[in-house]
Amino acid sequence: MTTSPDTVDSTTAAGGRLRTVLSAGERPARATAVSATLTHLWRAMMAFKHFPVQLIDIVLMPLIFLLMFTYLFGGAFADSTEEYLQFYLPGVTVQAVVMMTVYTGTSLNTDIHKGIFDRFRTLPFWQPATLAGSLLGDVLRYVVALATTVSLGLLLGFRPDGGFLGVLAAVLVLIVFGFSVSWIFAALGVVASEPERVSGTSMIVLYPLLFMSNIFVMPETMPGWMQAVVDANPMSHAATASRELMHGTAGFWDVGLVLCVSAGLVAVFAPLTMRLYRNKNAH
Amino acid sequence: MNTQPTWAIETSGLVKVYNGTRAVDGLDLSVPTGLVYGILGPNGSGKSTTIRMLATLLRPDGGTARVFGHDVTDEPDTVRRRISVTGQYASVDEGLTGTENLVMMGRLQGYSWARARERAAELIDGFGLGDARDRLLKTYSGGMRRRLDIAASIVVTPDLLFLDEPTTGLDPRSRNQVWDIVRALVNAGTTVLLTTQYLDEADQLADRVAVIDHGRMIAEGTTGELKSSLGSNVLRLRLHDARSRAEAERLLSAELGVTVHRDSDPAALTARIDDPRQAMRALAELSRTPLEVRSFSLGQSSLDEVFLALTGHPAEDRHAEETAEEERAA
Repeated sequence: MTTSPDTVDSTTAAGGRLRTVLSAGERPARATAVSATLTHLWRAMMAFKHFPVQLIDIVLMPLIFLLMFTYLFGGAFADSTEEYLQFYLPGVTVQAVVMMTVYTGTSLNTDIHKGIFDRFRTLPFWQPATLAGSLLGDVLRYVVALATTVSLGLLLGFRPDGGFLGVLAAVLVLIVFGFSVSWIFAALGVVASEPERVSGTSMIVLYPLLFMSNIFVMPETMPGWMQAVVDANPMSHAATASRELMHGTAGFWDVGLVLCVSAGLVAVFAPLTMRLYRNKNAH
Repeated sequence: MNTQPTWAIETSGLVKVYNGTRAVDGLDLSVPTGLVYGILGPNGSGKSTTIRMLATLLRPDGGTARVFGHDVTDEPDTVRRRISVTGQYASVDEGLTGTENLVMMGRLQGYSWARARERAAELIDGFGLGDARDRLLKTYSGGMRRRLDIAASIVVTPDLLFLDEPTTGLDPRSRNQVWDIVRALVNAGTTVLLTTQYLDEADQLADRVAVIDHGRMIAEGTTGELKSSLGSNVLRLRLHDARSRAEAERLLSAELGVTVHRDSDPAALTARIDDPRQAMRALAELSRTPLEVRSFSLGQSSLDEVFLALTGHPAEDRHAEETAEEERAA
């Protein structure tokens, strides 16, 4: 019955038209690693295009923090709210990017559980492209979050001494930093049993890290042991680099340290995540 | 390279263990090229685990599995170039449009952007999805989604297509469309491995069928062979009052001359018969008694009945397990 050509056209027009679209043995050459990664990046961009609502989350969180901390605590932390804004804005950009990296974990986890990643795993392309493309797509979110935060800062009276180039350099460093941190949550996203677990666990780790840094205040008034924590915290390094770059006082070491930390994170977590992903459900 | 191996799939002693349970327990499967091969089995029988191993998604714990002569563990990339997977194991992206899904699949298999777009348009038209090409997948109906799912699997026509319960939950029209698509694919030379819970579907599509249970193959052959091992018809009867079942059972088995089975429904009985006239006589006899029949039907064997015949136990769906629990408790 499966070999009779008559039955193909019988019930639906689709059956007849279908024969013309079977690609008759056409077999393109294997996609390159770059083209597979770019395709996954394209997928992330399309998702972004179809659900612009997710922008609201991305944009609102840093804005609320910026307004709240500047006007609620700014006067108490510094001599005036204007002065505190000069200090806090480069810090809140770190916060904005790092909070965003959690989305990387939750969205990866969602994709894995929806089965679309299983489809990818049955296709003959360089498999790490799935993760690399998704994480590159997340870079778009960082750009949006950074651009809106800095813009609002400028409206409120943020005046970076480093000028446009200083701000641009800070934004670039923060994008690199965010991309590196997102690999940690990508690993978590691959192993977690559900997306809610990812965001829950991430927040428990992230909030202490963000607050025990020099993002909000300088550590001078803290007890000695906490100063040690703050000084060792990569969030502090990122905030310092961002601050110095925006205000035009950055030394080689400030930026170099952040880039080193970023490289270290990627070196550890990218292979780990890819390994976890490859072995996911394979046993 | 011109000599195509005779077997699309060959497994030998294939084993997969989950938490100490052998989900697949020494499966020997040989699927010839160029036809539709059906795997019949209830949920939890090891169907999906087997397909996941064959599709390179899951590593076997024992035995070997070859697809067109290539070992799934040693040469996953070579296997992936020949196969496609649809259904619950490998989904489509709900956050993209139909066209975008197909473009993505084309790109990931090596097409240029231009060719991938062209191919996507061809497939959208060929599958009758033209009106929905730019709609997000989450707005598709079940039948449209299933068609797009299959279209995504044949952007590059595979030599072997895994079709996982392709018509579960579809209305009859959509089901016929899917069946037509499968037939067209096989005509074009693709081997199809189909899993299904419906004997009817296997009957419509499959040239050969394997019935598996508890990770083992319990029967293999053409659908004709499979059915000839059973009576050709099944009489199902539902009584008005469950308390009169024992009496009805006695009467029917006397009249039909075969064993009458008690269904998990306490008011229902089933019996396999060879000749519909037997059923008519038995029902006429029943109508002369005070026993009240609520409904009856005469039809083909269901998978449950195939299982009952082949294994002596019902297909272990949730319902059957509950019945087993009740029996133990009683």
